[in-house]
Amino acid sequence: MTNEDLQNIITGLGTDLEFTTEGSEFLNVIVPKEQLHSICSQLKSHPELKFDYAFCITGMDWVPALGVIYHLNSTEFKHEIVVKVMVDDRENPTLDSVHDIWQTADFHELEIFDFFGIKFNNHPKLRRIFLTPEWEGFPLRKDYVDEANMIIK
Amino acid sequence: MTDQQVQNKIKTEEYFINMGPQHPAAHGVLRLILTIDGEIIKNVEPDLGYIHRSIEKMCERDSYQQIVHLTDRMDYLSSHINNEAVCLTVEKGLEIEVSDRVKVIRTIIAELTRIASHCLWWGVMGMDLGALTTYFYAFRDREMINDIFEETCGARLTMNYNVPGGLMFDIHPNFVKRTKDFIAQFKTKIPEYNRLLTDNVIFHKRTKGVGILTREDAISFGVSGPVARGSGFSSDVRKHHPYSAYDRVDFKEILFTEGDTFARYQVRMMELWESVSIIEQLIDNIPEGEIKAATKAVIKLPKGEFYQRVETARGELGVYINSTGNKNPYRVKFRSPGFSNLSILNHISKDVLIADLVATMASFDFVIPDIDR
Repeated sequence: MTNEDLQNIITGLGTDLEFTTEGSEFLNVIVPKEQLHSICSQLKSHPELKFDYAFCITGMDWVPALGVIYHLNSTEFKHEIVVKVMVDDRENPTLDSVHDIWQTADFHELEIFDFFGIKFNNHPKLRRIFLTPEWEGFPLRKDYVDEANMIIK
Repeated sequence: MTDQQVQNKIKTEEYFINMGPQHPAAHGVLRLILTIDGEIIKNVEPDLGYIHRSIEKMCERDSYQQIVHLTDRMDYLSSHINNEAVCLTVEKGLEIEVSDRVKVIRTIIAELTRIASHCLWWGVMGMDLGALTTYFYAFRDREMINDIFEETCGARLTMNYNVPGGLMFDIHPNFVKRTKDFIAQFKTKIPEYNRLLTDNVIFHKRTKGVGILTREDAISFGVSGPVARGSGFSSDVRKHHPYSAYDRVDFKEILFTEGDTFARYQVRMMELWESVSIIEQLIDNIPEGEIKAATKAVIKLPKGEFYQRVETARGELGVYINSTGNKNPYRVKFRSPGFSNLSILNHISKDVLIADLVATMASFDFVIPDIDR
């Protein structure tokens, strides 16, 4: 399916969705955070989309917004898209978990929580998976400072 | 008392036990917090980070040439393929087309790497299940590949042979001959491997029907590589998104549908034959051409996002680079096969014996730095 066809179907799944292919080989869909879970579950269940394989889930710090990038693939139709979601609140960023849609998100959300501090609603057990529980701050944020362990050029 | 009455009288309770971080079956520093009832596992919770070095954060500080060297230290058994993944991503961003010579050499070395990695896995899989001999057989043959690598680029494990735009230098004059000698010899070794372990009755009893992973779960958990193909999930990046010279060679994607430990074992054993076949098709026809395309001393990728995936010995490695046009990337993400594959472990290890968990983990072929990054 071409990107135009994908865009036409996905437009009907929610409101205020933004589409772009600029600077990327995939069709990018920017989803408002309130609609994340409903759009994602439709992306998986829609008979013409069937995005069942989330092959990469990336945390991002766009300064000032934090966010998550989902690279999705359909094992049946072989088409691919990128879903992006942003959250402006840096103090207490919260998004909905999609682990019930793609179970791989369980671990990837733990990684994102560990490095970016984004909390995921309904996640089965949110915890520090790489760093120690008492670690202060979130290292992959752009404003993270650790004078002892980081070499800043 | 009957057995049933005894069963009713004995009260058991669940307790926690640490498997690792220094456990022989983990092949590195992986800690699994097991909840067990007697010998039966009720829950597996991996605790990671013992070898976490924050490679993604370091990438944000380094230039694109420097990033290549960091990726060796993730999945060190697929170091060449990891290097290739970063180089392909940077080349995609710069819109450089490398020469056919580079593509073919990269593919041959990638397949040699895969054979070396599968050899090591086969050796330690036998060892995990109590068959020590396999380890020595596999390391004997793997040594020959490491010698070829050493002659080619000076390093035996962390190769750093790829650079953005091509290869660091040309292959050694002996490369073709030694590779052919190795292939001729290795083809007599695979049947030996099969006689030693694959046809062993005890091995069958330890692996058949153990750790069953269904195709639906494999897709949902983002599993890739031989683990996914043992469950019938066609996920070979070399087939679905060909890169380097994989579009010009003829090879089969090995698929099994049983989804148990033995199926995953068979996928890797048969992939050895496919890797041998790929090398045989390419080794006599390495085209002439330049070894490195011209790149600037300071590489700056254009503004945008670049994604490239490759098939390492463990599965799909994805490299995501977000560039703002500077000499350093804004964000780099490595989608490592090991991290996604590990997430399935709890799901398929419920209500199995501890010894079966060891067999299952052996068939997953974890490399811990690849999980921790």
